[in-house]
Amino acid sequence: MIDKQCKSAAEAVEGIKDGAVILVGGFGQTGEPMDLLDAIAARGLRDLTIVANGGGSGEHGIGRLLAAGCVRKLVCSFPRVPGSVAFEELYEQRAIELEIVPQGTIAERVRAGGAGIPAFYVPTGAGTELADGKELREFEGRTFVMEHAIKGDVAVIKADRADRWGNLTYRLSARNFNPVMAMGAELTIAQVEECVPLGGMDPETIITPSIFVDRVVEIPGGVSNG
Amino acid sequence: MADGLTRNQMAWRLGRDIAEGSYVNLGVGIPLLVLEHAPGGREIIFHSENGVLGMKPKDETDGILPDDLTNAGKQPVSLVPGAAMFHHADSFIMIRGGHVDIAVLGAYQVAENGDLANWRLPGSPTAPAVGGAMDLAAGARNVWVICEHNGRDGAPKIVRECTLPLTGPGSVNRIYTDLAIIDVTPDGLVVREKIETLSLEDLQALSGAPLTLANGWRPLEAPDL
Repeated sequence: MIDKQCKSAAEAVEGIKDGAVILVGGFGQTGEPMDLLDAIAARGLRDLTIVANGGGSGEHGIGRLLAAGCVRKLVCSFPRVPGSVAFEELYEQRAIELEIVPQGTIAERVRAGGAGIPAFYVPTGAGTELADGKELREFEGRTFVMEHAIKGDVAVIKADRADRWGNLTYRLSARNFNPVMAMGAELTIAQVEECVPLGGMDPETIITPSIFVDRVVEIPGGVSNG
Repeated sequence: MADGLTRNQMAWRLGRDIAEGSYVNLGVGIPLLVLEHAPGGREIIFHSENGVLGMKPKDETDGILPDDLTNAGKQPVSLVPGAAMFHHADSFIMIRGGHVDIAVLGAYQVAENGDLANWRLPGSPTAPAVGGAMDLAAGARNVWVICEHNGRDGAPKIVRECTLPLTGPGSVNRIYTDLAIIDVTPDGLVVREKIETLSLEDLQALSGAPLTLANGWRPLEAPDL
């Protein structure tokens, strides 16, 4: 019998290693898998690369990973928000590597990683400093920038409901990056509000099919940065 | 010097120019005020980069938890009937693929050729943050900038050439400021509306690039808001 359910966040994040590339869902704190990230921080891992939209805010989630010194590099589009204290301190001390990537390019790089596409061209960033050092190519008279796929060792995501196979649904804009990150990693771990019996989800409503999901942990409520 | 529009009035005025049936993305800052002042009686579908089509201002009675549904500025919003949700890769397919009719963005500088600078201030001690600005500048069918005519230090935001790092070259089609509405055209910047009591010469003195006044220009007006 397939059963991807874990008993705790700590169990769900077992096996992640120092230096891992971790894809993290969420936009602001909406859809950010705070409890899984806190569990990773509690393991005291080092030299992680975090790929996410932002740099966290408050004491839970990405903020806690940063404050705990687990992160060597942050790949994101928007690291600076109210409450992103941990990131700002590291940045000020030059204690973190930062790669700024346009938001849609992060999404597409991770999507490409999951889709088996090593690189692709986008118009985004052409003619700006974010294209510096990248291959440019003209198509139909317009300049495009070559971007490389991002593949994660691990994806940590938040969803609303799951079954024991790992089929997932989401809540409104808490979906955001989560289904994209889920497709892009070797090991995808989801924290969910509720686990339901197999067959308890209408197949038409499943957003992330179980093939992309390796572990599920039910954490009703979950921690929040308020 | 004539009084200009407030930020809310600027957003109201821009909203009047959005046609029925348009799909419109709103950037953070002044652009998000357009949601609050959208014209009634018109079906306009507001897109939010974080996976929302059909957002409207927050209705506290909608029963949606604030953390479950936000705009690009991470503030809670509500949904209109017919709204749809999708993930980030699909959201930026809409943006980058030219499916969004209008992106409304803020600006540090706009050049007379439509170059936009709105994401990074060199020398700032804080980290840069681009968000979806470059995707929108490159992909939306029309980019309308909404910003004060002059920065806090009085420097014009409308310039011959951007001196700040670009968000997108040649992206901007139209500029809404507190003093004027200006089209970016192959023949340069054309003033469609301006504060009636402000002369073209005075407006020009507040601008860093040459302006021409359109035939049939109109006074820039908005109700008290």
